[in-house]
Amino acid sequence: MNAPVQKLTAKDYASDQEVRWCPGCGDYAILKTIQKLMPELDVQKENQVFVSGIGCSSRFPYYMNTYGFHTIHGRAPSFATGVKLSNPELDVWVVTGDGDGLSIGGNHMIHVLRRNVDLQILLFNNEIYGLTKGQYSPTSKVGTKSPSTPDGSVDMPLRPCVFALGAGAKFVARTIDTEAKHLTPVLGRAHDHKGASFVEIYQNCPVYNDGIFDQIKDKKNAADTRLVLEHGKPLTFGVEDRKGLRMNAKTLLLEIVTIGEDGVTIDDVVVHDETNKVLAQMLAGLKLPEFPEPIGVLYCESTAPSYTDDVYQQRIVVRETRGPADINDLLRSGHTWTVS
Amino acid sequence: MSAVEEVSHQDGANQVSDVVVRFAGDSGDGMQLTGSNFTEATAIYGNDLATFPDFPAEIRAPAGATFGVSAFQIYFGSEDVSTAGDDVDVLVAMNPAALITNLKDVLVGGLLIIDSDAFTDKNLARAGYSSNPIEDGSLDAYRVIPIAVTKQVLESVKPFGLSHKFAVRCKNMWTLGMVMWLFDRDRSITTDSLKQKFANKPEIADANIAALNAGHAYAETAELPTGVEVYRVPRAEAAPGLYRNITGSESLAYGLIAGGQLADLPITFASYPITPASSLLHTLSGQKQFNVVTFQAEDEIAAVCAAIGASFSGSLGITSSSGPGISLKAEAISLASATELPLIVVNTQRGGPSTGLPTKTEQSDLNQSLFGRHGDSMLPVISCSTSVDCFDVAIEAVRIATQFMTPVILLSDGYMANASEPWLLPDINDYEPFPAKFETNPEGFTPANRDPETLARVWAKPGTPGLEHRIGGIEKDFDSGDISYDADNHQRMTDLRKDKIEGIANYIPEQEVSQGSPKGKLAVVGWGSTYGSIHQAVKRCRHEGLDVSHIHVRYMNPLPRNLGELLAGYDQVLMPEMNTGQFINIIRAKYLIDAKPLNKVSGQPFKIREVETAIRSLLES
Repeated sequence: MNAPVQKLTAKDYASDQEVRWCPGCGDYAILKTIQKLMPELDVQKENQVFVSGIGCSSRFPYYMNTYGFHTIHGRAPSFATGVKLSNPELDVWVVTGDGDGLSIGGNHMIHVLRRNVDLQILLFNNEIYGLTKGQYSPTSKVGTKSPSTPDGSVDMPLRPCVFALGAGAKFVARTIDTEAKHLTPVLGRAHDHKGASFVEIYQNCPVYNDGIFDQIKDKKNAADTRLVLEHGKPLTFGVEDRKGLRMNAKTLLLEIVTIGEDGVTIDDVVVHDETNKVLAQMLAGLKLPEFPEPIGVLYCESTAPSYTDDVYQQRIVVRETRGPADINDLLRSGHTWTVS
Repeated sequence: MSAVEEVSHQDGANQVSDVVVRFAGDSGDGMQLTGSNFTEATAIYGNDLATFPDFPAEIRAPAGATFGVSAFQIYFGSEDVSTAGDDVDVLVAMNPAALITNLKDVLVGGLLIIDSDAFTDKNLARAGYSSNPIEDGSLDAYRVIPIAVTKQVLESVKPFGLSHKFAVRCKNMWTLGMVMWLFDRDRSITTDSLKQKFANKPEIADANIAALNAGHAYAETAELPTGVEVYRVPRAEAAPGLYRNITGSESLAYGLIAGGQLADLPITFASYPITPASSLLHTLSGQKQFNVVTFQAEDEIAAVCAAIGASFSGSLGITSSSGPGISLKAEAISLASATELPLIVVNTQRGGPSTGLPTKTEQSDLNQSLFGRHGDSMLPVISCSTSVDCFDVAIEAVRIATQFMTPVILLSDGYMANASEPWLLPDINDYEPFPAKFETNPEGFTPANRDPETLARVWAKPGTPGLEHRIGGIEKDFDSGDISYDADNHQRMTDLRKDKIEGIANYIPEQEVSQGSPKGKLAVVGWGSTYGSIHQAVKRCRHEGLDVSHIHVRYMNPLPRNLGELLAGYDQVLMPEMNTGQFINIIRAKYLIDAKPLNKVSGQPFKIREVETAIRSLLES
């Protein structure tokens, strides 16, 4: 695709529609960040498509001045697959939430990741159903009190990044709605990745689940509650990066160590390797309060073939081998006979 | 009287005008392959023909079980053939289960070719026989040819060194050889196709060919019952031209490809396997040279959604299923209706409800097609009537979907999808192209712009500069296409969607009378695959001077604009349907006509006789 002739700005990516999320919703921050990021990408606006399902996050396409399709509950990955199959040149983004993408649409999410359709999938995780007024979601913590679970939810939540890795995703990352400095480069990487890029975005719902990620977002605690992942860098966190994750050779589990204590040095700390799937799976499962929660790119396998490219390639090969297609020839294939 | 009894002796040979042959055996006996090879040979011989493959849902039922019997029926003759025939003249029964389940359809005096080796005590008991019918006189009303086929086959394939299992599998070719002798068919096409099919296993091909030839030689030399000789069925008079055999699912697939070419659009076909619709996916996935992308989705919902996504981005999205799968797609079809995108939904109907009878035919999804969605989401519905007709109906579905920016439901059924008939091949150049129009001009563009005549919404595909826009399931403003919760606007948009679909009536042909006159005592009104039975029944009755006509409806919604007036010209209307009466309710409600139903839901197509009896009883009352 050609680079834009004229440099656009974030404004060019804002549609003329009034944004209708609740005041203070994390979606505003994500929208702003994406509108700012778009002009930096090497894609023309008319080649971009935002596809969504149903839910608060799924209103996203209406606010982007690109092509957009607000579809039905849980099925955005399938619509997006069709868009991409029809025109592999398009830059297609799926915007979904924890209910849309992991509950009603869980099956499609598995398959879009397994197939490695070349899309960016942004899953806004606020651990609650917003648009239907506050019921618990498949990512809600056990004990979540909601209109449908007044005595607290009892079912186990799933971890979106664990789910994505389990489905075979080749690019898995996690980031935070209001932290543009982190969100922007992660989304840029997701865009550059060929294949299905899965990005979980911790997103605050100020109405039904306010402050659910405060422990991680709060600057005061952040050093201890988040693990910022950087490829090739040791997995350290805490004040002055004093703490780190070490692989326990006996249990094959990650454990927290303090550098400088008990003879632990920086060399004992695991170095992040985003091409290591086993490590990615371990990191994806870490959660508070036992562990800091990783943000950044957990896993990236950049050489995997994308489904849409392979489908396209297969068509080219078939067309080259079979030569020009003629309907009349097709009709006349097989046994024919003439009546005179 | 059976056709094989009712012979005229000209030129020293037995001559008959038409014959029904049915091959029946275990579901693993290769009866479908036998039938399709005999069909090819019969087509090339020059008879008109129609076939009816009838098989169980079980892939390989336990050997000898009655529920595992697979049958293939072919009706061929020297005159216009349009059904697979009412009664069987020649039954090939590979085991007791095949005999007991099919004998009731054989005419008295008919020929039974039986593999006596399969009539063991165990198989007899499993089929429910208390004594061997070959020996106990219970088949005296028929002409029975019991042959130790298994033994003959093992002998004939001995030189090829196959295992017992593979050697026995050549039984079907042995019996095919015999039946080919009986009707003087040419074996070379079968020989060629066996060589092709087993190109990598030449010993299997050779053994099957040897069995075929052995069966033929046996019939030629053995002493068969008196009068069982070669029967000659004169060639049918057919319009000159090039022909081939075609099943409904093949012709539907070819029609969709042709439609895509006429609309100048790439096709994205997204589907999920389901009987009896899967063959459409199989056929299209082998035609990538035609700008066709096929996608086997993870489920029915994903399939329709991918098809709609493809239409949004400028391809023709098509999805295909059978009744239960169409139910799953309903929500998405309504989205395509609300967003006014082209989409074709092919429903190859089967017996329902639920899993019902997956391999049997029915036309009970008309109500689902017309009403089976939430909201006021009226859609065009069109139906195919014969295997050959599927080609033209598919093209018509593409035309309507793309010219009116709407989903179209295309109804086929299990019978015509699998049945084959000869096809006088059309020339694609004789079809008028209807290229799809994409908006490219940003001046005054909104996604709500529409053609003032057809009311079709503008189609602006991603990749077009300046036309960036959003569509979705929320109600849209009539003028701008932006989301709107305005009460009056919703009324206006609902009316618009309705007017658009109803207006399609102005762009489809008026209803014609397929046989008979435009006025009279009785019109038999059908739709779908009942065409053949109604056609023959009306023909026979008219031959005897009865005042009856045949009207066959393709456009189920909107209905042809002259249909009400046309039907008012008859004293009575009879409506045969393979359901409990779905189309008749539409006709009665819309035109206030006291139409009479004729319903059948046995999983089998109408027999000609059944329609004929209904015609007579109405005309005599």
